[in-house]
Amino acid sequence: MQVEVRVFATLRRYLPELDIGEPKLLEVPQGTTLGEIREQLELPAEEVKVIMRNNRQADEEGLAQDGDRITYIPAVAGG
Amino acid sequence: MSRKILRINMSDQSAVYEDIPEKWSKWAGRGLTSAIVLDEVEPTCHPLGPNNKLVIAPGWVSGTPAAPSSGRTSFGGKSPLTGTIKESNSGGLSSKKIAKLGLAAIILEGEPQNGEWYQLVITKDGVEFKDAPDLAGKGMYEVDEILWDQYPNKPAVIGIGPVGEKKLSNAGISVNDPEGKPGRYAGRGGLGAVMGARGVKAIVVDDEGGPGVDIADEDLLKQGRTKLRDAIMEHDLTKPDGGLNTYGTNVLMNIINEAGGLPTRNFSAGQFEGAADISGERVAEMVEKRGGEGMTGHGCHPGCIIQCSNIYPDEEGEAVVSVVEYETAWALGANCGIDDLDYVAEMTYQCNDLGLDTIEAGNTIAIAMEGGQIEFGDKEAALALFDEIREMSPLGRIYGQGVEATAKAFGVHRVPTVKGQSMPAYEPRAIKGIGVTYATSPMGADHTAGYTIAPEIAGVGGKVDPLDEEGKSDLSLTFQAATAFVDSTGYCLFIAFPILDISSGWEGMAESVAGVTGLDITGDDVIDVGKEILRMEREFNKKAGFTAQDDRLPEFMRYEKLPPHNEVWSMSDEELDQVYAWTNGK
Ligand code: SF4
Repeated sequence: MQVEVRVFATLRRYLPELDIGEPKLLEVPQGTTLGEIREQLELPAEEVKVIMRNNRQADEEGLAQDGDRITYIPAVAGG
Repeated sequence: MSRKILRINMSDQSAVYEDIPEKWSKWAGRGLTSAIVLDEVEPTCHPLGPNNKLVIAPGWVSGTPAAPSSGRTSFGGKSPLTGTIKESNSGGLSSKKIAKLGLAAIILEGEPQNGEWYQLVITKDGVEFKDAPDLAGKGMYEVDEILWDQYPNKPAVIGIGPVGEKKLSNAGISVNDPEGKPGRYAGRGGLGAVMGARGVKAIVVDDEGGPGVDIADEDLLKQGRTKLRDAIMEHDLTKPDGGLNTYGTNVLMNIINEAGGLPTRNFSAGQFEGAADISGERVAEMVEKRGGEGMTGHGCHPGCIIQCSNIYPDEEGEAVVSVVEYETAWALGANCGIDDLDYVAEMTYQCNDLGLDTIEAGNTIAIAMEGGQIEFGDKEAALALFDEIREMSPLGRIYGQGVEATAKAFGVHRVPTVKGQSMPAYEPRAIKGIGVTYATSPMGADHTAGYTIAPEIAGVGGKVDPLDEEGKSDLSLTFQAATAFVDSTGYCLFIAFPILDISSGWEGMAESVAGVTGLDITGDDVIDVGKEILRMEREFNKKAGFTAQDDRLPEFMRYEKLPPHNEVWSMSDEELDQVYAWTNGK
């Protein structure tokens, strides 16, 4: 199955080939967790503060589904 | 030497220094502006009339040696935009300089009989009242430049643009930045009009030779300061090369868009297809590519160690404006359907020069778009609206009044305001806690008043689901109280992020306040002290005629579903009333 993955802010340096907001398309087997996808992309666990799946908060143990929009987010905030 | 209150009466151009009375002696920053406004301003007065006052106060630790990121100034009064009490705070050069003159607050009252414009010069020797016919009518860039030419030792300049002179409700108060330019604004709530109503175009503050700030316990201050600094330098968000330093607050654009909570085209959707092009990442890319005067990691006042600000360059690398921050890029960008940073930067310049709050200005343009005056996404037409304001055409005056006046003028009913003030860059239908803050804050719709975004979106200070309603009343109150405290310290609110996660930093903040003031305050007291401030502000609003019915979000949010989550605002009135039940003894 295929998922699209986005990374933002300081995490972009791990996928420098992507333009801002551009998704990386990944083929993963059924039963892959969001944590496993993070590992596959070599995003360090300690730098990923929040994960979103289809615009909702998710966690590492969550299972990816075909067509998911998955986003890894580092420490952000502002005003 | 105890701190003084400098009372400036514009009716007869007199100034007196008073010892700070016992009842106010524990307060600074927002706590002090709100205490003075509650005591001295008639809650039912007309905000532009002779009975309103403008109160200016640095925070508890402002002006002390090397307290990190502590250059914030609080401005308070009754707001022409909301009719409520207002505290709006700003970075820039003023806070430390006022504090170093030994002043707890400046109270500006009365109104000149002759309709003249004045420039006030405050030094260790007193206050000079100078006629300022040459400054009147000028934009803030020129005013700041003229005054730095006149006063070569780079004083703070607090001023208003043409919009403040005309006493329009979206007038902010400008404070100059380390480069001597406007761009630091006590923007929200129209306090620039309150300053204009006093006949004051600009206040020059020169602290040379001032007595400085008394410190009760040097060791405790040092200890607190170190803990706080360590927390800021350690946290991923605030450390050097961290998210804020690299991308500024606009690091949020893409994230809030991902969460489906980015208000788009006048709050009609929660995602904007052009978000990436106006994001902090894109700003950083432009700065890198264009070089020249452009920079990220800029500090809005000397001594900020987070440095979330930027200078946005044009194609030749010449500075256009500082700062293109999240709220600004959202208000003038996503919310107007505009995805061009160069236009966002140009409109931000116009706001800074004319003296407009960028949030209210962007929302006003979106209303004009909704009302059919111009098209969503039409950046040239959006920029041209500022000419109307500069010319003070009748339509320009309506725009200068902000969202509600403009919505009435164009017959628009999708009006994203609470208590007359328009919402900032977080959609309450997708992020429920911030909706509680918008509804219940004594300030009207204001994200900084209780920034639940930290746990709802960023996983800072805990992690909660933004779409969940459960527990959001309590969450909002806790953040509102903590914010009221931080707004009184002089520290930038952004220190809150590291110290919510690193408890020694939280203790350090309280210890630094105790160290300067001698007050018996620890980290455990922060929320209670913050609630005392909120209680004063709510009391003012109650006396001004505000009731629970004013603590509500606009009606359309209850029936219009917001994509992509297709949620409406469904928190009950009881849940909202719960937030401030404690002020009624419940
Ligand atoms: S963190 Fe940003 S807003 Fe806060 S004081 Fe520093 S530069 Fe100014």
